[in-house]
Amino acid sequence: MTGTATDPEAMTETLRGGSAWSRRMRRGQLLRITDPTGRAAVAALLFNAADPLERYNMPDTLKAQYTAFLTTGRVLYSDMGRILASIVDDSAGWHDTISGFGDAAALRARTGEGSYQEKRNDFHRNTRDNFLVELGKHGLGKRDLGVAVNFFVKVRVGDDGALAWAAEPPRPGRSVALRFEMNTLLVLSNTPHPLDPATAYAPPDITLTIGRAVLVGDDDPCRLSRPENVRGFQLTEAYVETYFDAFSGQETP
Amino acid sequence: MTAFTLKESTLDPARAVFDEVVPSGRGFTRDLGRGQILRIVDLEGNQAVDTLFYDAHNPDERYSSCDTIRAQSGIYLTTGTRLMSSEGRALLTIIADTCGRHDTLGGACSAESNQVRYALEKKYMHSCRDSFLLALAELGRGMNKRDLASNINFFMNVPVTPDGGLSFADGVSAPGRYVEMRAETDVLVLISNCPQLNNPCNAYNPTPVRLLVWDPPAR
Repeated sequence: MTGTATDPEAMTETLRGGSAWSRRMRRGQLLRITDPTGRAAVAALLFNAADPLERYNMPDTLKAQYTAFLTTGRVLYSDMGRILASIVDDSAGWHDTISGFGDAAALRARTGEGSYQEKRNDFHRNTRDNFLVELGKHGLGKRDLGVAVNFFVKVRVGDDGALAWAAEPPRPGRSVALRFEMNTLLVLSNTPHPLDPATAYAPPDITLTIGRAVLVGDDDPCRLSRPENVRGFQLTEAYVETYFDAFSGQETP
Repeated sequence: MTAFTLKESTLDPARAVFDEVVPSGRGFTRDLGRGQILRIVDLEGNQAVDTLFYDAHNPDERYSSCDTIRAQSGIYLTTGTRLMSSEGRALLTIIADTCGRHDTLGGACSAESNQVRYALEKKYMHSCRDSFLLALAELGRGMNKRDLASNINFFMNVPVTPDGGLSFADGVSAPGRYVEMRAETDVLVLISNCPQLNNPCNAYNPTPVRLLVWDPPAR
C-alpha cells in the first residue's frame, strides 16, 4: 500500500522539533510522516506547485467528505475542486484541520519567552513564524496563511460546540502517509499546537520518508470512499493531463 | 458560551445611516468605521450570508475562522463572539443575535466545489465565490482569490458531533431574525448572499437580506 518500505529510491530525513520544511512534491510521490515519540504535532499548508493561488481548502475538504477530521481514505481538496493529496495510510486515526495554528504570543503565554538570545537554536519557534519563513522562500506570505492541516492533533467538538484538546496516551511510532495527486508545494512546521496544554517547550523530532506511491486504480479506497471523491479524482486527472506536453512527452511547469 | 443564546437589540432602524436590501446571488462590500454597528437581517428565513472581514487599511489582516473558534473555545458564533483576525486582534464583536448560532467551518460554495459535491455538470451554477470575486474586482483595491479566507456563514447551521461527523442541517433561523456586530477597528465587509440551490443551507430557496449600519452611540 505505502510503497516506501521496499522502494529503493526512498529518501529519509529527520525534521528537528521546532523546525519548518518545504518541498515541491510530485504527483505520484508518497510522503510518510513518522512520529517516533507519539507526541508530535505537524502543521501543514499545501499549494498547487504550478499555480500557488490554488491551495488546500479546509471547508471544501470537510464538506465533500462529511467529516470534521482527516484519516485514511480521505483526501485533501484544493479550492479548485481538485485533490492535492490522499491519506493512504494512518495509524494515528485523527488529524485536525479546524483549529488552526499558534503564533508567538500564544506560545509565549504557555511556555515562556524562550528567546534566541537566551536559548540559541533551542529557542521557542512557533508555527506561524515558521510558516511565514517557509512561504517567503517561495514568494508567498501572509495572504497565503490559510487554515492548516494539523497532523497528529486531535481536537474534539462537544455537543454544545465546545472545542477541546483530546488528551490521549502517546503512541510512539505512529505515522501517516500522503500520496500526492498533483505537483504540490508542501510546507510543514513541527511545532506545538496552540491547544496543547503542555507548558514545557519540547517538540520532538519526526521522520519524513519520501518514496514512490502505487498508481491510483479505479478501485482505490480514497477514490471510492465517497461519490464526491470519484468526481474529485475525475477533475484532478483531467487537469494533470495538461502537465504533459503532448509532442515531447515532457512535463510542463 | 456556544449554546443558543438569543439577545435582542435596542437600535432603531429609523436611525440607521445605511439601510439596503441585498438580493440572493449578489455580492456586497462596504467599509465600517470603528464603533459602527452592522445588522444583517434574514428577511425570509434560513438564508446563508457568506461573510468576510478585513482591516480596512491593510487587507492582509483578515478574518480568521480558526483564531475565532480558538479564542472562544467553541465552533459556533453568537452574541459575545469576538471575530478574530489573522493577526490575533478582534475585528468585530457580535453584540446581538436573535438566531443564536452561526457557522464558520462550512466555507463558501464555488463552481468547482459544486462539481465535486453534486455533479460535474453543476459548474454553470452561480456561487458565492463568483460573487466574492466580482465584488472584490469592482472594489478596485487589488484583492482577489488569494484574499478569500475561510468565511462566516451567518444563519447557517453546520453541526459537528463529538465523533467528528459534520453535516449541513436544516437552518435554525426564521423570517426577521438578525445578527448585529460592532466594528472594533475600521473594517471592510465582504458579503455574498448565497445562491446555492443544491443543499438545505438556505432551504433550497435563496432569499434577500437587509443590511443596516448605525453610527457609534454618542458618549
